[in-house]
Amino acid sequence: MRLIVGEGSCGLAAGAGAVHTRLQELLAEANPTGVELGITGCNGMCFLEPIVDLYDDEGALHRLVKVQAKDADKIYQAATTGDLSLVDGLRISAEDAEFLDKQTRIALRDCGIIDPESIDDYLAHGGYQAITKILAEGMSQENVIHEIDVAGLRGRGGAGFPTAFKWRAARDAKADETGQKYLICNADEGDPGAFMDRAVIEGDPHSLIEGMLIGAYCIGASEGIVYVRAEYPLAIIRLRKAIEDATARGYLGDNILGSDFSCTLRIKAGAGAFVCGEETALIESLEGKRGMPRLKPPFPAQAGYWLKPSNINNVETYANVAWIIVNGGAAYAAMGTENSRGTKVFALSGKIRRGGLVEVPMGTTLREVIFDIGGGIRNGKEFKAVQLGGPSGGCVPASKLDTIIDYAELSATGAIMGSGGMVVMDESTCMVGMARFFLDFTAKERMLEILSRVVDGKGEEGDIEKLEELCYAIKDGALCGLGQTAPNPVLTTIRYFRDEFEAHIAEHRCPAGECRELITYYIDQDKCVGCTACARQCPVQAISGERKSPHKIDPTLCIKCGNCKTACRFGAVQVR
Amino acid sequence: MSKQKPSDLSLIEPVLDSYAEVPGSLIAILQETQAAYGYLPMDAMEYIAKRTGTPIATIVGVATFYAQFRLEPVGKYLIMLCQGTACHVNGSELISAAISDELGIHDGETTPDGLFSLEHVACLGCCSLSPVMMINGTTYSSLTPDKAKKVLRSLAAESAEGGASA
Repeated sequence: MRLIVGEGSCGLAAGAGAVHTRLQELLAEANPTGVELGITGCNGMCFLEPIVDLYDDEGALHRLVKVQAKDADKIYQAATTGDLSLVDGLRISAEDAEFLDKQTRIALRDCGIIDPESIDDYLAHGGYQAITKILAEGMSQENVIHEIDVAGLRGRGGAGFPTAFKWRAARDAKADETGQKYLICNADEGDPGAFMDRAVIEGDPHSLIEGMLIGAYCIGASEGIVYVRAEYPLAIIRLRKAIEDATARGYLGDNILGSDFSCTLRIKAGAGAFVCGEETALIESLEGKRGMPRLKPPFPAQAGYWLKPSNINNVETYANVAWIIVNGGAAYAAMGTENSRGTKVFALSGKIRRGGLVEVPMGTTLREVIFDIGGGIRNGKEFKAVQLGGPSGGCVPASKLDTIIDYAELSATGAIMGSGGMVVMDESTCMVGMARFFLDFTAKERMLEILSRVVDGKGEEGDIEKLEELCYAIKDGALCGLGQTAPNPVLTTIRYFRDEFEAHIAEHRCPAGECRELITYYIDQDKCVGCTACARQCPVQAISGERKSPHKIDPTLCIKCGNCKTACRFGAVQVR
Repeated sequence: MSKQKPSDLSLIEPVLDSYAEVPGSLIAILQETQAAYGYLPMDAMEYIAKRTGTPIATIVGVATFYAQFRLEPVGKYLIMLCQGTACHVNGSELISAAISDELGIHDGETTPDGLFSLEHVACLGCCSLSPVMMINGTTYSSLTPDKAKKVLRSLAAESAEGGASA
């Protein structure tokens, strides 16, 4: 029997560490034969964490979910006695299991399956076959790039630029007398709501290394650098170990696998700046400077890191590369649409029932991802919008749910494919508040001032038009791609939810019941049972009433903290 | 010019030695300096400027550009409250209010006893378990205002116990 605990950051946040510790204690005490304990990365089912995968002696998988430390004894008993009925209460439901069954996993192929800290496990699952094939068969740079071209792989970090085109440009760029070129991985996953790159590095770091090796081979780089954001400490630890192991086994370093191809890899930890996700800002940061975007041209392919020819792709892009070389570009291109080939990973979160990582072929509709895989909205509420592409993207309303996942189709909605964040919102999310949230993220300037007065109920006639005007001015004047797309969240919320903006300005009303200055808390006299739970939680004694009779909130005292609404178990505290 | 007491500069000697030959290492040097002191003392930055020949304006420019760097000491527990989209949608504002209510501090502030600092940070990447906060490397997920307060109280109690036994 093997017990495998899912230990990505999500699993650990949900308590996987305590489960692992307890299982380890039990095993150390009795030291039973035939029971192994191991770890794996995130399998994407964040909504069921912590997860323990029990493989029986026939190798069949029994997936146990929402496991707590107190369940460890039961699991240990089941593993040592072979009586798996002991853990029947922890088994994943058939409905939840569909979450994975409906996906096609290429970038995430090993995540949640292999031990990310074991190079042997990666090798046992077909790892390093692609680079071995390239070097053993003596494939030319052009032959390899041709496969990537046939696959139709486009950058998965946001802009969707064809990978083969970038690689050819970096390969053809003339190096100076040192001959130095660099291959860089953008793991500065800054878009809020996107965490697939973290999952790949934490769950399958060798697939990133192998993809980077192939890229370095194609452009003629002898040094690779992974720029990882500081907020991902576990990813840095696992990647560091993977680089050490790959170096020790001869997959990194001089004369890789006996060939004349040499390449080293190192990690650079970011220091927290959203703009460093933009490739020229990232290069500035790599050089130890403030992360200010450079004017283009020259492009990094001509003059990048230390002004040498450099290629930059993001983690998910590299994670597809080895699969394409082993299976052929045509197999990858067979999935997806005319202009968007292969698969894309999305991070589902927000008011969704089943939040986590989803990898689907391009061409799948938003509805299929959010409802068929994600299970729709929590607590029986109505879907309102999905935010795609982070601060460069936009909010897509219910009427556009049948849009297919395709670079051009998503752009037509005003949002973008972006890095793949999908934050789902329901009827209780205020769209004006969302627009303000994103501006707070990208800039704290004039537009924020206008939006702040709108959410405070002090908006003026003409504010919406002023916002639109500023948005277009920014699009025209921005230096880098991030600036050009920064107004998207505002423009799309105005485009699809103009009535909400108007309600805030003309009627001083927040239809979603979220903007503090515009709402009033009250107690539904028919639903209140007089339990006093709300009154006890009120920090300003604004709630009065006799025990067992309906209570009341004094709006002149109420500070709208929401404690009463959280405390009420009868849904009697409401907002208007 | 600084009211802070002089820093023990010998702590950064090994850092400066290890990066002496690596160009473009300013961010890494500052990261390790912050790891040694808990923040970036002004005299330490001046020392780095002198030793590396980098203008002090460049060093302070980098230190103030990146969110990770702090120019003031922080509390024993650094609360990093996620401000990502998913956390926003799932009520991170209420968590922020609860923390302020419990500790009397806001974003960027430290409690007078030096126990807690609160810092709003960009996405921590645990979006499916939002709202989340990270305290000294441990992530707390699916927070409610009550749950957040309980975490803070247990940390304060833990610290008081540790202090008594030491």
